[in-house]
Amino acid sequence: MFINYLSSLPGAVAQGIIWGIMAIGVYITFKILDIADLTVDGSICTGASVCAVMLTSGQPVWLALIAAFIVGMLTGLMTGIFHTFMGIPAILAGILTQLMLWSINLKIMGTSQIALDVSKNNLLVTNRVAFLGRTVLILTIFAIALIALLYWFFGTEYGSSVRATGANLGMSRAQGINTNITKIFGLVLSNGIVALSGALLAQYQGSSNNNMGKGAIVIGLAAVIIGDALFGWLAKNNFALKLLAVVFGGIVYYIVYSTVIYIGLDADLLKLLSALLVALFLAVPYWKNKYFSSHADAAKRKKSGKEGKENA
Amino acid sequence: MLELIDVRKTFNPGTINAKRALCGVDLKLNEGDFVTIIGGNGAGKSTTLNAIAGAWPIDSGEIKIDGANVAHLPEYKRAKYLGRVFQDPMTGTAATMEIQENMAIAARRGAPRTLRWGISAKEKKQFREQLATLELGLEDRMTAKVGLLSGGQRQALTLLMATLKKPKILLLDEHTAALDPKTAAKVLELSDKLIAENHLTAMMVTHNMKDAIAHGNRLIMMHEGRIIFDVSGEEKQKLTVDALIEKFSQTSGEEFANDRTLLSK
Ligand SMILES: Nc1ncnc2c1ncn2[C@@H]1O[C@H](COP(=O)(O)OP(=O)(O)OP(=O)(O)O)[C@@H](O)[C@H]1O
Ligand SMILES: [Mg+2]
Repeated sequence: MFINYLSSLPGAVAQGIIWGIMAIGVYITFKILDIADLTVDGSICTGASVCAVMLTSGQPVWLALIAAFIVGMLTGLMTGIFHTFMGIPAILAGILTQLMLWSINLKIMGTSQIALDVSKNNLLVTNRVAFLGRTVLILTIFAIALIALLYWFFGTEYGSSVRATGANLGMSRAQGINTNITKIFGLVLSNGIVALSGALLAQYQGSSNNNMGKGAIVIGLAAVIIGDALFGWLAKNNFALKLLAVVFGGIVYYIVYSTVIYIGLDADLLKLLSALLVALFLAVPYWKNKYFSSHADAAKRKKSGKEGKENA
Repeated sequence: MLELIDVRKTFNPGTINAKRALCGVDLKLNEGDFVTIIGGNGAGKSTTLNAIAGAWPIDSGEIKIDGANVAHLPEYKRAKYLGRVFQDPMTGTAATMEIQENMAIAARRGAPRTLRWGISAKEKKQFREQLATLELGLEDRMTAKVGLLSGGQRQALTLLMATLKKPKILLLDEHTAALDPKTAAKVLELSDKLIAENHLTAMMVTHNMKDAIAHGNRLIMMHEGRIIFDVSGEEKQKLTVDALIEKFSQTSGEEFANDRTLLSK
């Protein structure tokens, strides 16, 4: 039994890295742009679908991954257009795209499920035990390359303007940044990455199916939150290390997942627990602000200062 | 330079909350003008600055900068001409970004943002020197997050950022109002210095009549969405607070003394 648990760990690590990559996409919208983007529940499956269709029609795996990335970016573009040019609140814009994608993903696949097999299809990663070492290695290289690219991008002039958009919208406009475009850009990049992780996930689990994205946003957020809570202090202000922390967050999530199943907890309850965990952690900064922080004091001071001025 | 021609703005038109905030504002600034703007709460001072900056489209009228009508340009495009500092110290800077990153973003106002590295070594050196002139010790904290700074420090930084790339017009909207008196005086002094050194054209909204008289070469009083008083040069220098109050009751036909929120002495 315990041997079973131990032998499940490499798989948990591999799955954790895939979801860590997905969570990097979530990090871009949630942490950098300050938008909760629900598109990802659909775009992860879009990436998986595109990849599965391409692989089963005999295309090389690298092309399938690029195609998944590009189609994923288009899903982000859709949400971005809903949000900026059509003025729809970000959450709703994401939900609308997500629902559209449910139909679109079915049309891409032509069915609700496509099976992939490492012996028939040319897969980059798989959960077959014989290949697990290679799978973990490839995923690690993938994650590190992605982090390096993003570290570079968010250090550039344009990347800085995307960060500024999330940090202070009014200031960004006053500094001449077209915040509609930077928001769209962030959503496009994020969903491209999420779709890429979906493509990897489909290969890893040997199938793409129309329900695989359900609750993806919550797992992504959990990885971001766990990563920040456990490794954030190590990352200090280094952006690359922060992204690395997110990937570790994904790995920890899946190791806990395996452990909880080993202990014998009902696997049906895992989504419930994940959501509660995320809710709790999201509440922490709010509670901090409300009851403990110097910001609350500052706000109070400012208020009384204003009254003072009016009475002068 | 800047010219406003019959600028009008009504908020929430056609509803019971309709508010005519600008009722035909005409104003022409000359190169190098430093205008102070006073007026009661809701007079339309901030709305005037926001109209220039393009926070929302105006209903009618023209806003010309160097002869070109910019009234139809979105806010981010007008930013090329404008440096802005707001009342709330939180609004002018990105709290989660470093001091030097904020400055690098401001240094690129109006310029295309490319895939070059966001801040150059040369800039870092230059920023350090410019921060040193603030005498707040910020030059040694260039990689600190702006969120860690005090309100006064943030306001001084915002001012510096607004002038890094010389703006055609500097818009200051009660930018010292949220600061304690000592810090407010310092930031005001800094504003004077930056405006003089860079030969800027500036508009400064203030509730402090003494400041309005002491600073700048021109003074404008607003009331109910209109400019009701406009003095410059020698005439402005001779103004006193009492004369201003007198002027206000004359032109607006309202009793100044009863409205204690109007203008603080
Ligand atoms: N975005 C907005 N939406 C609706 N009404 C607004 C908006 N901005 C300003 N107003 C209204 O327009 C009028 C003018 O406001 P404005 O902010 O220009 O006043 P002000 O002269 O700056 O006053 P204060 O000294 O209080 O800052 C006020 O009645 C205000 O309530
Ligand atoms: Mg105002």
